[in-house]
Amino acid sequence: MPKITVTVNGTSHTSEVEGRLLLVHYLRDTLHLTGTHVGCDTSSCGACTIHLDGKAVKSCSMLAAQADGSTITTIEGLATGNELHPLQEGFKEEHGLQCGFCTPGMIMCAADLLSHNPNPSEQEIREGLEGNICRCTGYHNIVRAIQYAANKSLVVSE
Amino acid sequence: MSNKFIGKSVKRVEDKRFITGRGRYTDDIVLPGMTYAYILRSPYAHARIKSIDTSAAEAMEGVVTIMTGEEVGHYGVPCGWQVNFKNGDTMKEPPHPLLVKDKVRHVGDAVAMVVAESRELAQDAAEAIMIDYEVLPAVIDASKAVEEGAPLVHDDVPNNICFDWEIGNPKEEVDAALASASHITTLEFVNQRLAPNAMEPRSYIGQYDNVYDKYTLYTSTQNPHLIRLLMCAFVLGLPEHKVRVVGPDVGGGFGSKIYHYTEEALVTLASKKIGRPVKWTETRSEAFLTDAHGRDHVTKAEMGFDADGKIVGLRIKTFANLGAYLSTFSTAVPTYLHGTLLQGLYTTPKIHLDMTCVFTNTTAVDAYRGAGRPEATYLLERLLDLSALEMGVDPTELRLKNFIPAFDGVTQPGYQTNVALQYDSGNYHGVLQRGLEMLGYEDFRKAQAEAAKTNKLLGVGFSTYIEACGIAPSAVVGSLGARAGLYEVGQVRVQPTGKVSVFTGAHSHGQGHETTFAQVVADRLGIPMEDVDIIHGDSDTVAFGMGTYGSRSLAVGGSAIVKSLDKIIEKGAKIAAHKLECSVDDIEFIDGKFNVKGTDKSLGFGDIALTAYVPHVYPANLEPGLDFSSFYDPTNFTYPFGCHIAVVEVDKETGTTKIKRFIAVDDVGNVINPMIVDGQIHGGLAQGIGQALFEGVEYDENGQIINASYMDYTMPRADDFPMFELDRQVTPCPHNPLGVKGAGEAGCIGSTPAVTNAVIDALWSAGHKVKDIRMPLTSERVWRAMQS
Repeated sequence: MPKITVTVNGTSHTSEVEGRLLLVHYLRDTLHLTGTHVGCDTSSCGACTIHLDGKAVKSCSMLAAQADGSTITTIEGLATGNELHPLQEGFKEEHGLQCGFCTPGMIMCAADLLSHNPNPSEQEIREGLEGNICRCTGYHNIVRAIQYAANKSLVVSE
Repeated sequence: MSNKFIGKSVKRVEDKRFITGRGRYTDDIVLPGMTYAYILRSPYAHARIKSIDTSAAEAMEGVVTIMTGEEVGHYGVPCGWQVNFKNGDTMKEPPHPLLVKDKVRHVGDAVAMVVAESRELAQDAAEAIMIDYEVLPAVIDASKAVEEGAPLVHDDVPNNICFDWEIGNPKEEVDAALASASHITTLEFVNQRLAPNAMEPRSYIGQYDNVYDKYTLYTSTQNPHLIRLLMCAFVLGLPEHKVRVVGPDVGGGFGSKIYHYTEEALVTLASKKIGRPVKWTETRSEAFLTDAHGRDHVTKAEMGFDADGKIVGLRIKTFANLGAYLSTFSTAVPTYLHGTLLQGLYTTPKIHLDMTCVFTNTTAVDAYRGAGRPEATYLLERLLDLSALEMGVDPTELRLKNFIPAFDGVTQPGYQTNVALQYDSGNYHGVLQRGLEMLGYEDFRKAQAEAAKTNKLLGVGFSTYIEACGIAPSAVVGSLGARAGLYEVGQVRVQPTGKVSVFTGAHSHGQGHETTFAQVVADRLGIPMEDVDIIHGDSDTVAFGMGTYGSRSLAVGGSAIVKSLDKIIEKGAKIAAHKLECSVDDIEFIDGKFNVKGTDKSLGFGDIALTAYVPHVYPANLEPGLDFSSFYDPTNFTYPFGCHIAVVEVDKETGTTKIKRFIAVDDVGNVINPMIVDGQIHGGLAQGIGQALFEGVEYDENGQIINASYMDYTMPRADDFPMFELDRQVTPCPHNPLGVKGAGEAGCIGSTPAVTNAVIDALWSAGHKVKDIRMPLTSERVWRAMQS
């Protein structure tokens, strides 16, 4: 079995993994980081979105073995101690979640969006969420949550 | 009583765990020694099983056990609602076995379950099971399934008819009314089959403890106690006190997680058999094949008008597809949740629905967000807008002319419909007029006329809907065939320090009960929200409950909690009177304090709680403790209503529809948390608009779903919508203590016909006098409609 070393949320892990093991199952079943969810089997819903070497990636679309040597952030690693990430705060403040199942993927995707485009228009936010499905919110408050985070980050950086 | 929280957009207390990745859904739970199940399913819609050979699979690495219909096929899941034929005969109720041993009846029908050391090993072994099928012709369409010579889904159900049923006025009276009409609008249409698509796939863990002879089932359900009752009493014959059912965090339901599914019983049986926990989590493809679908009606409807535009009669013939087996509430949906809503908001004097409910070789159909009420609303609201176009009158004026006049249900009686229900309170003109103000109707019509000269047509569609929610009075639903009561249970346990634990039988899977219910409790007791904990979802901690569906949690579950709060306050007043040495009649409870009226003597809620548990100075004949449980059984349904308006742009060259604006003015009675109610409306709108424009389960003639994945089934995405424009009217429910009506389904019920109507309106604006386009209104279908 391939042996991999990955840094996840700041901690290094070395594991032997089955060749066919998907990264999402490695995170969930081996590392017990169950905040990353599986909502489909076609890489269509985005519930499994994580950051791999700083980019948003659907962790169901790659093998754990392919992640060898990479640095991963999951939803569990997004806050700084007890201080929520602006997006986490935005989702709470703007009621951007209901059942919470798509939320980790939405937040990780939005974080990537804001890293490239710190002040996106409503349309850019909506297009940026194209790869993520939410069945509860109608996306209305997710858009507002991301606007909240963008505004807050802009204020902080000024 | 205080007024700090009710009516305020309090941020949700449950959010923290979800935004930090610490939600706990069933598939997140890992138990020591856990095994994993994979279910082998039929690739055919209809086939006889000639043989099953599991020997090669049993010898494979990591396999713990394999179960087939031979072992467990005598167990089956029940239907919870009995409907009778028109002639009084009981509906046909063929068994739905946990695993099939003789004949598979839809693609995805379960044939064998492999339990192994890992999910992958279980799947590997399943592939080695040899099954010899004799493939039979399949029947998919409900209206064709009743024809002579159609394949029989169940050999002993003639013409595949589960039952026929009617409601309303005698058919002859409706026929006579229509014969006298000066205009009749006829609409033949399909309300297509939908996949609910909660984002969390179904997941179950069975765990048997042989020391205590106790079973635990973790399940992604909307109603843990109902699952326990059904599985124990009607499937496996287990004693309820030896079964614990836990519904932890659940990733959306929309109806699809109400039902008792075969896999819940299978993991329970398997865990007992092997003495280890067994987890099964479906894939998304399996969800398309096995989670109960929604809608699937084929309808012909006729609405007659007199020369003044007053509706004189409504005649409907519908075939409802129930799928291959009866899901838990499947039979109630096309009947008592649909036929009873055909009055709509209108004074229609004569109504008749003739309904035929049919088995086909398809996935079971049951309640999906709205459940029967969206079908009724689609039928009525499509007819209203189409009639206006056909008669050359304004669709809003046609509605205003036919609306039931406003009534509050207190000083004025409820409105008795021709289809069995009595509406509680309503002001239907108000929501339409507010919607028209928001729209700027006159300006819109001018813009539409301009757009008609271009390639980007504009259309507006209206939908003024009503729904029956807060289900339901047990005696009423019992008389209609429900095999369960539909009350709710709320227990309030005041701890000795005055902190409060509330146990509710409702189940939150996105609705925000931990916040809304805490707002109610905190205000009623005059204590901070942080002092209130809402506990749900575990049959070992919550006494009983019927769960969450039909927009009932607050109206029924919240009312049960209020009943217990009233008992707490009443007992607290007795304790306070004793300690303050006055008559209990002199005690008033305000802002968390028991005061002696007209004096400055007072005791805080915490003092009374402590006294109840340390009863040294205490009334004689009063039990210690401050803990009450109540069952609340409503006296009527609640009837939310509203006005939804869609503005669409249709590209004349491509047929592509874009939602330009969506306006929703909903009246859901009193509102505890406006932020949460708006969120419920938003989500419902997305699903309702999704039905109109994007979604639909498509079967081929062999019974294969050709879009059973997210690659193929179009789910609405963020860039399909504008920001929604919401407003609210408040007509309190007169018969529950909170005056609430329920908001979970409104968005999904009202929105669908508004969108279709808007597209049809756009086409008429350019001279394409199209009566109907089959949903979903894809670019191709709209384009073809413009070419015809």
